Amino acid sequence: MTTDLLAPIMRENVLRLLNDNLRMDGRKADEFRVIELQAPILDKPSGSALVKMGKTTVMAGVQIELGTPYPDTPDEGALSVNSEFLPLADPEFEGGRPSDESIELSRVVDRGIRESKAIDMSKLVIESGKHVWMVYVDLWVLDSDGSLIDAAGIAALAALMNAKVKSAKVVGDKVEVGEDSKPLPLKDHPVPCTVIKVGDKLVLDSTRAEEQGMDCRITVTTRADGAICAMQKGLAGSFTQEEIAKAIDYSVERGKQVRKLLKIK
Amino acid sequence: MSEKKLALITNGKRLDGRKLNEIRPMKIEAGVLAHADGSCYIEMGKTKVIAGVFGPMEFHPKHKQDPLTGILNCRYRMAAFSTEERIRPGPSRRSTEISMVTANALTPALFLREYPKTMVELTIEVLQADASTRVAGINAASVALADAGIPMRDLVTSVAVGKVDGQLVLDVAGKEDTEGETDFPVAMLPRSRKITLMQLDGHLTKDEFGKAMDLAWSGVDTIYKMQVKALKDKYVKEKIATEEVQK
Repeated sequence: MTTDLLAPIMRENVLRLLNDNLRMDGRKADEFRVIELQAPILDKPSGSALVKMGKTTVMAGVQIELGTPYPDTPDEGALSVNSEFLPLADPEFEGGRPSDESIELSRVVDRGIRESKAIDMSKLVIESGKHVWMVYVDLWVLDSDGSLIDAAGIAALAALMNAKVKSAKVVGDKVEVGEDSKPLPLKDHPVPCTVIKVGDKLVLDSTRAEEQGMDCRITVTTRADGAICAMQKGLAGSFTQEEIAKAIDYSVERGKQVRKLLKIK
Repeated sequence: MSEKKLALITNGKRLDGRKLNEIRPMKIEAGVLAHADGSCYIEMGKTKVIAGVFGPMEFHPKHKQDPLTGILNCRYRMAAFSTEERIRPGPSRRSTEISMVTANALTPALFLREYPKTMVELTIEVLQADASTRVAGINAASVALADAGIPMRDLVTSVAVGKVDGQLVLDVAGKEDTEGETDFPVAMLPRSRKITLMQLDGHLTKDEFGKAMDLAWSGVDTIYKMQVKALKDKYVKEKIATEEVQK
């Protein structure tokens, strides 16, 4: 495969530049690309957002639908996060069953939202044990140029922030859904931040070319209070504890920066 | 939801009587399967996992071979009867993710470039799940890979740190996973102190991260000794058996 043959060459290139704290697009190792955000971007779903970081483009849609609660949580709504790596986004993406990377991305984004308790699940109950709201977050990767997890996580958060829950009331054993709606109640705003490791250098907001030669990556998702709610070391390769501590620091800063962009008080 | 929250720590002791920094009683046996090139059975408390390795062998399908290196393929699954409620057999998104992070945890330890175009097939089957199954899987897989004779820089040792009733605990078990605040599994190459797996769900401050890692390292050092012993014991047994035959 052409990309595999390029990988060692790309890696050498990336490392050579990093020795002078430079990258191919002129950024320093710890600089982020500008985030372009449009939220909402669509009219039909409950909430939506489009995030661009350089050429990386992810569209998120939130749909809130009636469902039955899980048996062990009769008083809570449910969350489901899914991602699609569209073949048009990258020559490596194949259609069909979700790839391991797609499953990993959706589970990492899910973890950030779920573990930070961002959505107040208790407010999604219509009738305990019988009728709840299910929140579906779908992440469509439209163009891939690195840092997909970060872009997807930010798009998910932005979409949840403009999502609306319709009013509902129980009539007999059916649920009648009303016309008016309220914003989805959010208690936290989790932001993921991925750091890649190339040789002994840590790089933030990596591009696809930089990721071709990476050894491994670590994604740290932080809550508004700076605590970590999710972590995922990805790919083979290894980190020292000091490198991970640095990644945590980067992530806390990134979280603050993104929440400011999303105008979260 | 239960009215009264279950106290997971009482007077410095956990539900199973352990101290906060104690790992569960463990059993590790190498070379337990007749056909696999390498194998290992592990118990970490009530979690029981078996790992088997075939390879290095020819990679199928051929077009996915890598001309520069062998590839570790990991299949992690939970047996249908491994939990109280039956699990439908087959892959799930969770088992796919765990298979992936497990392969990524072990690959850095293996000298796979010595075997280009091959694959090493690792199967991890959870026979009984009482939390920390991916951790037990990695511990068993390391021993199985060594048992198969795959050249390794070091074993890979794994343990999960949890946060329960606000306190950090080593080697998460049972209710500590389902009712606790945090699950933080890690895996490392013990001698070089390199971290090859790190995942977290729950809540951990930066300060707690340092303390959790201290606990993790102490757990890793203990488990590592047991992994090495399991391998030594197998070869001592084989040596005795060979000597018997030669008599």
